Amino acid sequence: MTIAASPDSFFYPHRHLLGIEGLTPAEITGLLDLADDAAEANRQVNKKQDTLRGRTQINLFFEASTRTQSSFELAGKRLGADVMNMSVGSSSIKKGETVIDTAMTLNAMRPDILVVRHYAAGAVELLAQKVSCSVINAGDGSHEHPTQALLDALTIRRNKGRIEGLTVVICGDVLHSRVARSNIILLNALGAQVRIIAPSTLLPPFAERLGAKIFTSMDEGLKGADIIMMLRLQLERMSGTFVPSVREYFRFFGLDHEKLKLAKPDALIMHPGPMNRGVEIDSAVADDHRSVISEQVEMGVAVRMAILQAFGQHLQNQ
Amino acid sequence: MSKTPKATLAKEHTKIGLKPGDKIALINARLIDPASGRDEAGGLVIANGEISDLGPKLRRNAPDGHEVIDCGGHVLCPGLVDMWVHSGEPGFEHRETLATASHAAAAGGVTTIICSPETNPIIDDVALVDFVERRARDTAIVHVHPMAAATRGLKGEEMTEIGLLKEAGAVAFTNGASSIANARVMRRMLAYARDFDALSVHNTEESELANSGVMNEGEVSSRLGLPGISKSAEVITLERDIELVALTGARYHAAQLSCASAIDVLRRAKARDLPVTCGVSINHLSLNENDIGSYRTFLKMRPPLRSEEDRMAMVEGLAAGDIDVIVSSHNPKDADAKRRPFAEAEDGAIGLETLLPAALRLYHSGHLQLPALLRTLISNPADILGLPCGRLQAGAPADLIVLDLETPWVVNPEQLHSKSKNTPFDESQLQGRVLRTLVNGNTVYTLSDHD
Repeated sequence: MTIAASPDSFFYPHRHLLGIEGLTPAEITGLLDLADDAAEANRQVNKKQDTLRGRTQINLFFEASTRTQSSFELAGKRLGADVMNMSVGSSSIKKGETVIDTAMTLNAMRPDILVVRHYAAGAVELLAQKVSCSVINAGDGSHEHPTQALLDALTIRRNKGRIEGLTVVICGDVLHSRVARSNIILLNALGAQVRIIAPSTLLPPFAERLGAKIFTSMDEGLKGADIIMMLRLQLERMSGTFVPSVREYFRFFGLDHEKLKLAKPDALIMHPGPMNRGVEIDSAVADDHRSVISEQVEMGVAVRMAILQAFGQHLQNQ
Repeated sequence: MSKTPKATLAKEHTKIGLKPGDKIALINARLIDPASGRDEAGGLVIANGEISDLGPKLRRNAPDGHEVIDCGGHVLCPGLVDMWVHSGEPGFEHRETLATASHAAAAGGVTTIICSPETNPIIDDVALVDFVERRARDTAIVHVHPMAAATRGLKGEEMTEIGLLKEAGAVAFTNGASSIANARVMRRMLAYARDFDALSVHNTEESELANSGVMNEGEVSSRLGLPGISKSAEVITLERDIELVALTGARYHAAQLSCASAIDVLRRAKARDLPVTCGVSINHLSLNENDIGSYRTFLKMRPPLRSEEDRMAMVEGLAAGDIDVIVSSHNPKDADAKRRPFAEAEDGAIGLETLLPAALRLYHSGHLQLPALLRTLISNPADILGLPCGRLQAGAPADLIVLDLETPWVVNPEQLHSKSKNTPFDESQLQGRVLRTLVNGNTVYTLSDHD
């Protein structure tokens, strides 16, 4: 089986995917449609396609990642590309090479697609300006993580049939979260009502201007929610710097069945992973029948195939 | 986020602690309710530990079946709420326990004391707040509410579990005598406290500037050859804190101002409608640096006693309403801690028992009207802390005092109820004294019983 949506029905007009910012609702929907088809293809026995045969995809990760990197790798391989993984954190940075030099070096090897994760906001865009291939942002600092937002949207759409009009709550460390930023932009573009719940210490300044309603209490923020997205809280932020302790965080900002009752009965529970069970989410809630956390991982591969396939259109046009 | 409703705190305490007194009538009194401005002859009836009725009609006639207490025409008003008290328990029981502090409080007309977390161990954990509350319930004769440390170990580095501590009963959060030096930590602490509608109570002192100072920096310190603490040390950190309050929106109470320029800072902050209030200790309203004389260590305290101009500014600030609260800054120290060269002696003075009589000096001298003065000792602190006490009205807790405004007396440290005797008012002539103190309708102190 091949991906059904033809290049004629949807054309992705950009060379890169650096963020959700700048995409039109139609482009987002087009990518989600492609991803829907990819998701079906991934459930077949034979998952291999040849859309990207002969193309080279390099996964360039300046920051450790397990699931995003393997998801991109699998997506590229299923579309027939040659995929190479590079973890730069351990080699070039220590030798003092700059991001741009690393990019130029890789560019000289003539890849077709670079998938880049970097710990600094804006670094992927900087790199994209210096290379002649397509670049996908796999997460830059606390700025954007567009494929995560797309896979979240796909998961929501497949379960709820729509995104428009839904109340989506994003809860946790929004300050440091690229997932939250990309999601807020995408969900607003598709007409959802977005809320943020976090202690003030984990909110970006002027967070309400990002397009979300701000709550500092779960009791208020969870009322009537259709979707609850929990964010990961890094360990080093839990002991008195941003939050007093794990037990206090879990008591006031962790999702347990008691707080879950405030949301709609059929609310979806989401988490971009990796989870801290007992910190931001109760173990039983993570495994609840309303939890779609595993489906998010499945949709991750589909969404990444969709964007790679969209790039394939450009590659053929050259 | 305030999961702790304001009124339940003290009510719960009432339930588990002091048993409510029943069916008592206080007649022939001058009723003063500083919150409403009521000042009239009348009487008051207590049922189940609460005020059930009051007014002129009860001046002469008590309802049937009530124990009658004749106030002899003296003032009957709510008991005092003292926002800054060191109890010594846990860790310094040789100086003061919650029990002895509560006896001193009762004798001074203070029916609610707010304890500093500067004990050993420091009150920075839910279990320790619970400990103080249980000890107070079992041993104290007035209401005791703990403040919790704002940062672990009062080190100014990591914030404490403000949400859980507030649920456990901490009424405010403080870093004790010291400021949180790191502005980033202070900002986060205030931002986090705001989410829980928690009150932050802070002393302000820029530690590097204050350095090893032991008294006010000025002519007197130069003559005595003692290192001074500049007023700027207080004002700089206060200005910083106010700016962070503007940034975060947290409720902030400056615990003890000591100089004129600090009042200016607070006045400007209030003009900006920031959620700020401030207090002053009775010592800084009554004494100045000259009283240190020949190195009297009982007058060594933090913030240090300032100049006479500063003291007068405090009095005027109080009269103008710029200062909201008077505290005793009760800080018991044993003789060994004080009988030392001035620079080596510890800071602090006791004050629970002399707070009200010393404050009455401002009334007798004509600087403040009585209701305005009593507001700063009773209803203002109750309101800032969100406590249901401090009011003469039906339904309010029957925490009351009968106060003789006129009778002069001389302070004899040996007759004070505190375990430690480090009073800066020893041998002072004071005018006005508490005759009777009631907590939850029970008489916990009468003057004749003890003296």
